[in-house]
Parts: sequence; structure tokens; C-alpha cells
Amino acid sequence: MAIVTDFLSRTRGRNGRLDFSDIFTYLYLGLGTLIMFGPVLWLILSSFKTQSALVEFPPQLLPYSQQTTAVEGYDEPLPIFRVTLDDGSVQTLAQVRRVGIEAQMVDPVAPEEIIKVNIDQREEIRSVQLAWRNYTEPLARFNFLKYLQNSVVVTVVATLITLLINSMAAFALSKYEFKGRNSIFFVIISTLMIPVSVILVPVFLVITQIGWNNSLWGVIIPGAATPTGVFLLRQYMLTLPDELLAAARIDGASEWRIYWQIVLPLAAPALAVLAIFSVMWRWNDFLWPLIVLSRNEVFTLQVGLNAFQGELNTQWHYVLAMTVLTLLPITIVFAFLQKFITSGIATTGIK
Amino acid sequence: MTSTRNTTTGNIATNKPAIAPRPSLLDYLGRLFFGIFALIMNGIGVFMEALQKRLGVQRMAYAFVLPNLLIFGIFVLFPMLLNFYYALTGGTNLFPQDRPFVGTRNLEQLFNCGSYLDPNTCQEDLFWRSIYNTVFFVFFQVSGMVFFSLVTALILNRDIRGRGFFRSIFFYPVLLSPVVVGLIWKWILQREGLLNAVVGAFDVEPFLFLINAQWSTFWVITVSIWALMGFYTLILLAGLQAIPATLYEAGQIDGTSEWASFRYITMPLLMPTMFVVLVLALIRAVQVFDQVFVLTGGGPGTATSYMVQYIYTTGFSNQVQQFGLASAASVVLGVSLLILTVIQLRLGRGSDAV
Repeated sequence: MAIVTDFLSRTRGRNGRLDFSDIFTYLYLGLGTLIMFGPVLWLILSSFKTQSALVEFPPQLLPYSQQTTAVEGYDEPLPIFRVTLDDGSVQTLAQVRRVGIEAQMVDPVAPEEIIKVNIDQREEIRSVQLAWRNYTEPLARFNFLKYLQNSVVVTVVATLITLLINSMAAFALSKYEFKGRNSIFFVIISTLMIPVSVILVPVFLVITQIGWNNSLWGVIIPGAATPTGVFLLRQYMLTLPDELLAAARIDGASEWRIYWQIVLPLAAPALAVLAIFSVMWRWNDFLWPLIVLSRNEVFTLQVGLNAFQGELNTQWHYVLAMTVLTLLPITIVFAFLQKFITSGIATTGIK
Repeated sequence: MTSTRNTTTGNIATNKPAIAPRPSLLDYLGRLFFGIFALIMNGIGVFMEALQKRLGVQRMAYAFVLPNLLIFGIFVLFPMLLNFYYALTGGTNLFPQDRPFVGTRNLEQLFNCGSYLDPNTCQEDLFWRSIYNTVFFVFFQVSGMVFFSLVTALILNRDIRGRGFFRSIFFYPVLLSPVVVGLIWKWILQREGLLNAVVGAFDVEPFLFLINAQWSTFWVITVSIWALMGFYTLILLAGLQAIPATLYEAGQIDGTSEWASFRYITMPLLMPTMFVVLVLALIRAVQVFDQVFVLTGGGPGTATSYMVQYIYTTGFSNQVQQFGLASAASVVLGVSLLILTVIQLRLGRGSDAV
């Protein structure tokens, strides 16, 4: 509590007064937190609502749903209501059916006698209930686990390949003098600004020629030789002293050994940043997989989710749950590595 | 990899330093992965060392760049050149050898307009609409992005508690995929959505956010600022923190006002970082596609359909796949990106000279 008051009463002023700029700062941060994180929170809350709770307007904040109870003599569990009877007493009754403005209700304890009440006299009894069925049903009915698996495969394999070949190229470009080095570097750097969206058609042709349509390799390989990665790693490796390499050569280490046992471990910070970038790019990639993958069983999570929302336009309860499932893995990774990720990106974004 | 993790050492073990802590499951896993990694690397090593015997040390560089260069050449460089050829051919066949050469007809079709200012007079009106939409989007999105990320970075740079927490909060949406971002906002902005419930509390009629063209454009811009702002904030924040504190202290001794120290210390020193942010934001904004595609699908009508969507629709999702036209449009997109980059490099050189 002391921390909170201390936190709230902190000022810039020398005389302890709360400055205008302090008020603005905390107002901005508070509002910012609401705007940046609120939508995600709302998605998560909504994903636990039942279909009938979702169409309610205005919506409830928490996933309420009507309580039901099993009554002897009825197969389905019946919804329960709080009913004000004609004599003024209040009773909890279960509804059997509703006819016009009249509801036929039974006492759950004595289910033989049917009590007829006006619908104005009853009130739903609700409680917070998480609709896990939103999650379990689409997982059973649709290919979501397959999409998840595809996404994981693409992300992991593509990141490993990217790290390997980019670091090899960066090693050569930073530690050797060879003919064509500068032109190779120049060509790679000049395409930093060329996005895949500019060369969609010809890359699609190359993929088709190789036979990688509807294959995860078609998603993994084309983006593996990232100019960003080569550039980032090269700049980092330039700072490693050449004497290390020379010493290793005198000790008889082969070039490959120098690369993977000396340079790679020393370049670990830059590799980690590239790994984070690559995971982010690959997990979230949409346009390219959308073009390469047209068969349902090879969809990645993003393409699958998009197809899913197109198909089940009105079934928001499934779409929301699957959206939560899609953002969950990257959120968990972020929660653990956030300090590392934010400082890593901040330091390399500058170049 | 011989590191000993302290996480497993309990209170009992701490008094007996002679005994090494029992390796945990994580240690075993780490060793296993490192073992596999070393095995693979040594496997490649056998091949690379044999190669080194034949090539010599200096020429090994080629062996190191080759894999990257091969993939780069096949999937980036070659397609870039091929794209120009596609732009000059017609028909709906994918394979270049089956495509009739039509010269500049695709480009002519794109640029066949009564008046360039009015898309209705153009043969490919959709193309021109997407260009105007993109220009509009880029202008407002980039200015909004730079403004909000600068304000946020300045605020986060102040002496506040929980900076790390707020930094993460503002960064979090950057990690979300465009599809997820699109769906989250579609859910919030729909007629019976959260936002209409909030304004409904003030007795305001529900808005048709995604059905009205102006509103859709507004929200598409806002959502993309929301989604990417954290990234630029981080870069600007790093730029701000690189400004030496001694400068501000010197200013304080001289009695500089807060505004003056912002205007004459912060702004000039932040310029190079601002420039990086501007370049990155612009290049990205021109390629806007995926969030919008999920959020509005380019609609209502063509109100939020942008250049990349035009390329995608023309080449891949229409019944008749007009690869030539799509390629011609992507050449136009590529050239405009190139022009933008060149202008910015010029400007950047100018601002460095100041």
C-alpha cells in the first residue's frame, strides 16, 4: 500500500506539488494501458461466453450464463428462475416451457405439479460460467490442432534455417576478404526494402515449378535468406576481434570449427535478436502462406483462422475462442522474455 | 553448457559447497539439445573440412555464403527480374513459356484513364482507387504513428515507476498477428460490439463502424497504429535514452525551460532516430494488407482496398488470374517504394548535414 501511495504521489516538483505534467503522464499511461490491453482482455472474456450471451446487447463484462438444474422426469437440464408468485412470495423454479407470455414452471424439489406464471414475474438466475465448449468443440470438429502443428513446424524449422544460413553468410561477409564480397553485400542490402508483396507472382511460379504448392517447404524456404538477418549479424560480427580467428587457425582449427565454436557463441546476443524477429515473422505471417497453401490440411494457424472466420461468419463464439488460442503461444513467450525482447529490439532497431 | 543452474539448490545443499548441485531436468534437456546441435554441426563439419582441403582457407568464404545466396537468388533476385517479364505478358497461364508477349499493354491498361484524378474514368478503376486509398492511408497512418509513438516514448522516458511494465504493455500488440488484430477489432467494432455499447450508455445511436466508408477508413488507420505503435515507441525510447543526461543537467544550470530543452536538446539529437522510424513506418504503410483484409475485406465497396490487396485479388483470388496485370501493378508498387526510399535517403543526408 505504501508503494501505491508513494507511486501515486510522486512528483517532479521540488516542493512536492503534483505537477500538471505528472497528471498528464499518469493519465496517458492509464488510458494507454486500457486502450492497448483492453481489446485483448475483452477478446479473452468474450471467448468464454456462451453463444446466447454473445448476442446480448449491451454486453455483460463477465461471461454470465443462466443456471440450469436437472429435474426428475425431464431429460434436459432446465433453466432456473427467481419467480415472484401472486401471493407475493419469492420462489426458485425451473422452467419447462414457455407459451406466449405464460411460462410453465416446476419446483425442482416437487416436479409433479406445473405452476403457470406470467413471464414478467420471473427473473433469470445467472452466474459466472466459463463456456469451455467454445474451445473444446471446434478443436474436435475442425483441424485446429493440425494448423497449430503446421505453424509450430514452420516457425521452428524456418527460424533454425534462417539462423544457420544467415550467420554463415554474415561470417563470410565480415571475416573474409574475397572477390565479389562487396557486390554480394550490396545486392543483399539493396533488397532490404523490397517486400515479398512486390514479387508475389514470380515467387509463386518458382514454388510451383519446384512442386512446393501446398507444402510447408514452400512457406519456409523463400523467406529464409533474410537481408535483415544477414545485415544484423554482419554488423555484430564485425565487432569481434580478428585475432581470435587467427589464434584458432594457428591451433589448427578448421574454418567451420572457427565458425560454430568461436564466432557463433560470441554472436549469441545478435542471434537471439534475430531468432525473436524470425519467430515473430513466421508465426504471424499471413499473405505468403495464404497464396502457397490452398489445401485445408496444410494451413498454418493464421490462414486457418482466416478461413475459419470466413466460414463461420456468425459463430463468433468459436471464432473468438480460436483467436485466443492463436495469440496464446506468442503471449506466453512474451510474458517470459519481455524484458529481453524489448531491450533487444530497442538496441538493434537503431542499427 | 556445463553451467550449473542454481534453481535446484535448496536450503539444505547451500551449506555443503563441495557437493555440486544435482542437475535438473532442464540441464539434461539442455545437454541433449546441445548434443544434437553439436552432432549436426560436426556432421556438416566433415563436409566443410573436406571442402577446405580443396579450396584453401580464403575461398571457404564462398562455401559460407553459398546457401544464403542460393536461396536469396532463387527466391528473391530471380523473381525480381522475372517480375518485369511477367508485367510484359498476358493471358492467364502461370508458366512464362505459355504466356503471350504483349509488350506494355498491361501498363497501358493500368494507366488508361480519362483523368488520373478521377478513378471512375479509368479502365482499371480499382487500381486507381487502391492507389488513392493507399496515399490517404499512408499519410494519416504515418503521421499518427510518428506522433503517438513520440508522445509515448517521451512519457516513458520520464522518471516514472513501472517503466518496464508500461513499455511491455505498449509493445504487446506488435506481437499479435494481423489476423488476430483484425478479428479483435472486428469483434469490438461490429454493430453490437463493445464500442457501440459504450457510446450507447450515453444514449447515442449505434454507429455502423465497418459499414460506413469514412468510419472504416478511420478505424483501419487507427487499428494499424494501435498494432504497430509499440515497435516505433521502443526505437524512439532507445534514441531518447542515448541522449547524455549531462546535456540536460547543463541546461538546468543555465535555467533552460522544459520546453526549450525539448526543442533545443531532445529534438535535434533525436532526429536520426526519428528518421529511421519514418523510413520504416512509410515502407510498411505502403504495403498495408493483412489486418485490413481481415477487418474489412477491403470494403465497404472499395473504401479500404489498398495496393497489395489489388495485386493479391488480381493475381490470386479472382476467378480469372491475371498474373500479368498483377505483376505490372507490383512493378508500379516497387517503383514507388524505390522513389520513396531515394527521396528519404536524400532528405536523410540533408538532415545529417545540418
